[in-house]
Parts: sequence; C-alpha cells; structure tokens
Amino acid sequence: MNNVILTTSLNREISKDTYEIILAGDCADNKPGQFVEIKLNGFTLRRPFCIAHSTDSTMTLVYKVVGAGTKYMSTLTYSDKLDVLTGLGNGFNTMACETSRPLLIGGGTGIASIYNLAIELKERNPIILLGFRSKEDAYYIAEFSRLGEIHIATETGELGFKGNIIEYLKTSKIDYQYYYACGPMGMLRELFKFSKNGEMSLEARMGCGFGACMGCSIKTTSGYKRVCKEGPVFLAREIVFDV
Amino acid sequence: MYNNLSIKLFGNVLDNPIIPASGTFGFGYEFAEYYDINILASIALKGTTYEPRYGNILPRIAECQAGMINAIGLQNPGAKCVVGEELVKLSKVFKKTAIANVAGNSIEEYVLTSEIFDKAQSIMAIELNISCPNVKGGGMHFGTDPKIAAEVTKSVKSAVKKPVIVKLSPNVSDITEIARAVEGAGADAISLINTLSAMRIDLKTAKPIIGVGTGGYSGAGIFPIAIKMVAATNKAVKIPIIGMGGITNAYDVIEMMYAGARAVMVGTQNLIDPFACKRIIEDLPRVMKELKIEKIEDIIGRTTLNG
Repeated sequence: MNNVILTTSLNREISKDTYEIILAGDCADNKPGQFVEIKLNGFTLRRPFCIAHSTDSTMTLVYKVVGAGTKYMSTLTYSDKLDVLTGLGNGFNTMACETSRPLLIGGGTGIASIYNLAIELKERNPIILLGFRSKEDAYYIAEFSRLGEIHIATETGELGFKGNIIEYLKTSKIDYQYYYACGPMGMLRELFKFSKNGEMSLEARMGCGFGACMGCSIKTTSGYKRVCKEGPVFLAREIVFDV
Repeated sequence: MYNNLSIKLFGNVLDNPIIPASGTFGFGYEFAEYYDINILASIALKGTTYEPRYGNILPRIAECQAGMINAIGLQNPGAKCVVGEELVKLSKVFKKTAIANVAGNSIEEYVLTSEIFDKAQSIMAIELNISCPNVKGGGMHFGTDPKIAAEVTKSVKSAVKKPVIVKLSPNVSDITEIARAVEGAGADAISLINTLSAMRIDLKTAKPIIGVGTGGYSGAGIFPIAIKMVAATNKAVKIPIIGMGGITNAYDVIEMMYAGARAVMVGTQNLIDPFACKRIIEDLPRVMKELKIEKIEDIIGRTTLNG
C-alpha cells in the first residue's frame, strides 16, 4: 500500500453514468485486480475503485455514478488533486492459466477490472466476454477488441447475444480451462454454479479498504476472509455463496 | 525513557498518550506493513470472545456526514487463537505490551476470556468491552446497568492479576453512575466512549443500510459528546480515564486530555488514514509548543467542569 497524492488529468463520461478518470503521479506497483481507495472532500470514508489501467506514472479508473460520492467525483476536473491509497488487496494470478488460453469475463463496471488483466495477457490472445445491460451502458469495446477475441451480451439484445453473459457462456461452447471474472454478485453466482474453474474479483461495501475494520468479511471454505485484504480476488471454489 | 510526551499508566511509563482503539487496528501487526508501530504507546486489540465469532451479516458499514456506523458484531477467532497466533505475530513486530479487549455473552465468558489474556506476557491490561451495541443479548447490556457493570468488573478483577480497564457505553442516561459503579467494583481505569447507537436508511429501498438494522456511530461527529462525558466522568471518579470518541488530530488529543483523559484512543480515523496515529504522535510536539505546553502529563484534567 502507498499513500500518494494524484492529479486529475482527464475525467469524462464514457457511457451512461459511467466515467473514466485518468490520474497522474506515483502509480507504480499496481497489479491487475488490485484496487485503490480515494478520499473525497466532504465524505468521511474513502471510496474503493478498481484500476482499469496503470503505468508507473498514471492510472485509469472507471466508475459508475451511484451515490453522492461518485456524483461528486464526476465533477472533478483537470489538475484537481486526490489523496489515494494505491496497491490494495491481491490481484489476479496470471500464472494460473499458463497452459491454456485465458477466458476473461466482465459485467458492468467489473469490466474495468479485467482490462488491465487483458493487457497483461494480450500475447496469449485471451477470450473476452463482456456483459452490459444495454447499448448505452457499453464501453471499452474497441479497446478490448485490440487485446483478444471479444464476445458481447446485452440484456436488451441491442449488441451481441440477447441475455446475460453467463447464459451466453453456457450456450456458446467456448473452449476454456480457467477463467478470470469480475462483475455484479448475481453474475458471479451464476458463473459459480456453472463452473468453479477460475477466480473472481468481488465487490463489497468497505470501511477502510486495508484490513483493519472487518467490515467486508465473507465466508470461504477456509474460514472468514476480508474482501479488501485477502481479496478482492478469490479462487471461485473457495467462495461460499449464500444460497 | 521519560520525555515531554510521556504519561504514566498502571505504573508503566508510556512514550506518549496515543493508543489505537479496539476494532480499528485489527491485531496490530498488519499496520507494521505501513509504519513502525513501536512509536505507539500501546495497541488495543480487536474485541475478543471466548469462542470464535463470525460477526454480523453484511453490510456492516454505513457512512454518515461526520463519521460512520459499524455493526461488525465482534468478528474474532476466539481468545485461544488470539493468544496462540495473533499475539505471536504481533510480538514479532511490536516490542511493547498491548491491551486485550474482552467481550462476552455472560459474566463467566468475560472471566474465562480475561484469564486467558492474563497469562499472556505481551498484554499490559485487559479492557472489558461492556458497551458493544452490535451483539444481541450481550455486550452493551452489561454496561447500561450499574449493578451488572459492577458485577462483571468484580468477577474479572478477582480472577486476574493484570490491570482491568472498563470501557463504557454512552448509550445511558448518566455515564458517571456506571463509572462510579465500576470504580467501586475495583476497576483500575475507565475508557470511554464506545460508539453511539445509530441507524441510516437507504433512500432507494427504504430499508436500513446496516444488515442487522442498527449499529454504532463513531468518528469526528461524536467528539464533543465524548469530551463532555470524559469531563463529567473525570469529576466523578479518581481512577485514570482513557478518552476516546472522534479524535482526528493532535489538537483533539490535547482537548481530550484537558477534559480529564490520561491517555487517548484513536479509532475511526485509523480507517480513513492508516497513518493517523503516527501523524498525530509526530504532530503533538508542534501543537504543544503552539499551546505553550511543556509536559503533556501536566494538562490532564486541566478543565474543571462546573456544577
């Protein structure tokens, strides 16, 4: 974990209520699947965000406006400074699929969290499944197209398969051995029922983001674990989903 | 070594008055990844019960204007595991002694758990959490009735050798009544305040944000309440007071000590800023100079509450 001050260089809406913010500063040592916690003026708790892309000196975050905090965040503009904790949690294990072609599955804002992973796995031509509610919610399609073989599902059917991305996975006969997934709990639960051969990045309402408050503990097959500290990425088979 | 930040507590000289509060610092050792935790006076460990507890359903956290509500529900691996594993990990990175925080569903459980910590070398004192608002049928009801509070204190005191701190709940009509009761029962110190019972509602669903409905409110918003309660308790009892509730910076530490606190605990601020305690300790000499305070121990209880 690092506590750094980052400067906003760009903050723009990329699809309905979904924003991309690019921050500049010391952004070294952030692995795919790790997250950041941002202090926003006027709000007590930091907000956790997954990292879509990072270099040593910049990071790109994708967030959806869902409440007062993210609404305020959407008003940030060029040169605005942010107090950020970086390099939090444990990311994806890219070695886990060494012998096969990786399958990446993202839904909603969870798609941002597999973007950095897709870049890292680009040489192995990953299969990338993206699920959106509708066409106006879609983003990063062109960006992902450059990194692997993409398949899209929308619930409205406006783009790609009509239905959710896990239904698509079940019907598509995609050949894979190991998946990496991030998305809404409902999507992950469906995926879990279909296959446990992979790892999932979970989302949770957090207090601190670095393991101190136990606000985000989940049940696993080896006891209770904190989404922020032992996670947010867990092996699918170790997660105990509430039925 | 004695210096201008030192305070005495239970016959020990502590390097400064800053202790991370229970439940905001885990079992301490994980913060050693961020800074050298040996600068702290001590560490109040996560609330521990005799048996392991998972705690409450999620969500356990709700944000407020000037603080947060939590309802963790005393998640902990049980006293034997804390002493056998967590304290071992802590001792590798922390050379000072810690404060165990003990919770329970019965007087017997408080006694059994306290006895386990009493044998641990790395424990300085035992803090009895009789004020947790987040556990059904236990916790807080021990701290809202002076007779039961005295009974828990007395039972634990007669079973252990280490100093016993009793952590009081602000969710009472007169906190000084409970303070006097536990002092009379032999408590070596009092810590206050724990969180205030509170609730937030999700505007989209009209349901409580916290999974179990309500929780405990902490953070900057409760600071004035804590100051008043510490000042009133300081007038009511002679045993040392450890003051807490919404401390966010070095100025707050001075104010809390003016009110009567011998040492202070920093809680919610650790969750917002993992370096909070370190920053406060490093800033204290500057703030003391600004306020023309030479030795911090001299200011304890400087403010007298009239009436």
